[in-house]
Amino acid sequence: MSRATALAWLTAALLTLAPAAALAAECPRTSLADIEDEVMCPVCGTALGIAGAPQAKRERELIKSLVAKCMTKEEIKDRLVAEFGPRVLALPARKGFDLAVYVVPIAALLLGLVGLGLALPRWRRRRAAGIAPVSDGEAFPEADARRLADDLARYDL
Amino acid sequence: MRAGPITALIAAAALVGLLTYGVSTSGSDTTLDEALARDERPAAPDRRLPVLGRDETGSLAEHRGTVVVLNFWASWCVPCRDEAPLLQRIHERIAERGGTVLGVTYNDASRDALAFVKEFGNSYPSLRDVEGELYRAYGNVGVPETFVIDRRGRIAAIFRGPVQRAPLERALAPVLAEPR
Repeated sequence: MSRATALAWLTAALLTLAPAAALAAECPRTSLADIEDEVMCPVCGTALGIAGAPQAKRERELIKSLVAKCMTKEEIKDRLVAEFGPRVLALPARKGFDLAVYVVPIAALLLGLVGLGLALPRWRRRRAAGIAPVSDGEAFPEADARRLADDLARYDL
Repeated sequence: MRAGPITALIAAAALVGLLTYGVSTSGSDTTLDEALARDERPAAPDRRLPVLGRDETGSLAEHRGTVVVLNFWASWCVPCRDEAPLLQRIHERIAERGGTVLGVTYNDASRDALAFVKEFGNSYPSLRDVEGELYRAYGNVGVPETFVIDRRGRIAAIFRGPVQRAPLERALAPVLAEPR
């Protein structure tokens, strides 16, 4: 075998083995612990991480087998959705009634901000209006002055 | 009335409406049971779903003209294990008279469901209700649940919970005797 032929064989072998070696180096790409707090045990109705039912055990075994196949976290979650439907994801879906989980807090926050935006200037105006007579140096109402004098007279200071 | 209280009232009403909607949609649907109680045969809900163990989809409509024993099951469900041999025997018996058992898996991984089918030697097909749409359409509250569907695609009997041989055979007899 000539040197050129040997070099070609070596290059071909390296090209073939390199992706597999790279894959092996990256594998596993995720872990059960990394996934089980982001998915549900659909039968138990709780997060998989805290579920102890036999069904949860089976789901964990399925995840472990997918981890062993070197699948990424997202790939495994996609596979779980294909097996159990979107309800397997711990976060509610962003459609239908579940959308309310995301929309209601934002809407409430916006509504609160709008309310504050409307109310604050009014409060300021009212407060300013309440202080103005005194700060403007207007005459102290006579009735109030008399009452104040009477009150002070009652105290032996 | 000022704008503040009106806004608060609208927000509160919207919140109550949202809660009412959530509660009303999360309960089980008893429409089918009520129709049967009135001696009616309601149309059997149908969806096109993946067939367990095959790279294809199937539906109840494909069995129109045959009597179908529709059984919702899961490999993790203990009563489903108890009734699996009975359903296989029923399937073999009614197949000669133009009937079939059609399984629907619910909340089950396909590999577990396939292992279950292999273990009990069930020869009837099963659909995979991954999203639980068909399950909800039948007003199910758990598994197993079994429905006898006549040749015209209408529900003739409902068995909520595990099914027993005698009641199932009693429900099947008149439906199988109906003209094709």
